[in-house]
Amino acid sequence: MFASLKQQFIDNFIVDNRWRYLLDGLGVTLQITFFSLIIGLLLGFVVAVIRAMNQTTGKYKIADFICRIYLTVIRGTPVVVQLMIMYFVVLNSVDKRVAAIVAFGINSGAYVAEIIRGGILAIDKGQFEAGLSLGFSEFKAMWLILLPQALRNVLPALANEFIVLIKETSVAGYIAIQDLTKSGDLIRSRTYDAFMPLMAVALIYLLLVVCLSTLVSRLEKRLAAARR
Amino acid sequence: MQETPVKPASTKPSLTLVPPADAAPPIFEIDGLVKHFGALCVLDGVSTRVDRGEVVAVIGPSGSGKSTFLRCLNRLETPTGGRVRFNGVDLTDPKCDIARQRQRMGMVFQGFHLFDHLDVLRNLTLGPVRLQHRPRAEAEAEAMAALERVGLADRARAFPAQLSGGQKQRVAIVRAMCMNPEVILFDEPTSALDPVMVGEVLSVMRDLARRRMTMIVVTHEMAFAREVATRVLFMEGGRVAAEGSPAEIFERPERECLRSFLRRVA
Repeated sequence: MFASLKQQFIDNFIVDNRWRYLLDGLGVTLQITFFSLIIGLLLGFVVAVIRAMNQTTGKYKIADFICRIYLTVIRGTPVVVQLMIMYFVVLNSVDKRVAAIVAFGINSGAYVAEIIRGGILAIDKGQFEAGLSLGFSEFKAMWLILLPQALRNVLPALANEFIVLIKETSVAGYIAIQDLTKSGDLIRSRTYDAFMPLMAVALIYLLLVVCLSTLVSRLEKRLAAARR
Repeated sequence: MQETPVKPASTKPSLTLVPPADAAPPIFEIDGLVKHFGALCVLDGVSTRVDRGEVVAVIGPSGSGKSTFLRCLNRLETPTGGRVRFNGVDLTDPKCDIARQRQRMGMVFQGFHLFDHLDVLRNLTLGPVRLQHRPRAEAEAEAMAALERVGLADRARAFPAQLSGGQKQRVAIVRAMCMNPEVILFDEPTSALDPVMVGEVLSVMRDLARRRMTMIVVTHEMAFAREVATRVLFMEGGRVAAEGSPAEIFERPERECLRSFLRRVA
């Protein structure tokens, strides 16, 4: 039994340096996650500010309407479908990875937007009014007073979004990107062994997520301590 | 701060040239102010004026529209009808740059509303530095002097969460003062405080009144209104039901609604 497991391990990872598939795949996964996270944060930030401004002042109705369409479409359709539309329809002449980064970024932006908007709306309305009463414009009061407080409160939730995103990118294989998941699949197609490569892939995701979750909960504790 | 006959040694000359007091327009001219919240009529035609150096106490039962009246003065509430003029500028005109006008009127809230993410000193300098573009060092020096005056210089680096309610409200008053406003609006500044802290805050407000700061104070503190106010507005049902000097309002109340209100709060 043990000897056969050992042989399986050697066949799947050592022979032909197959472990390199996993390593390269991990690199691709992290790369896509990182850049789409940045796009998602920027996009989500802008959408959140527009929507929160509209909710507190009643202006910006048109911009808010556009944002709501964006949120509805993105949150109402599967990310795989969005990914394929992005690659096969919208950006079909660009690099696969760029298409994936844009697709996951736009997808993540919708969730980030709602996290940040929730953070802004959770701040006491009096903070905003105090800013206005000093003579700040609505936008400046948002920027200098509401956003810093909101971001501090939602930082753990944003970090969680990063963790979710890592796992969501596992569908990148649908447009033939060799990310971590696809790499495991590739090994399986060579060795005709499903168990070892898939277990390895799952374990790597799990380790990543556990490490990041630990960091997030430390962050939460530090923020809670800073708030006293 | 502009024409203070008592203390001419103002630390900083005002940027706006103010004509002699007799020619200056009143700080506030309020004409037929109406405010509805949906079907509910909260202000039903309020007219009055506030001159420089006045301390106007606004009293009345809860729900009489006092706070809404005050919030219409800096347009935190948009009036449904009527007119508010501030230094002759019509604040109800949609084209008026309300943010600019608000820089010249401070406001102190019942719930303090210090900026929780900034320490005391940053709370005080945010407006002067970001809005009046004053050098940080200068703004900080002025803020420290003002903190000294209310006995909180040692809390300059504390965060709002570390302060007591009375301390928070004193900082909030200093924050309003740091903008060198022409008038400060107080919206029930002591209603969220226990009696000891009420005393701290009222003494700061008395000090302001002595320095001839123009103040409009919505309050339930009848002793304060009687002692410090130069004029008292009694509101009921969204109207000014009685108006006069503290003596006229408290010693010789004419209208029955005022008398019954005073009996109830006495």
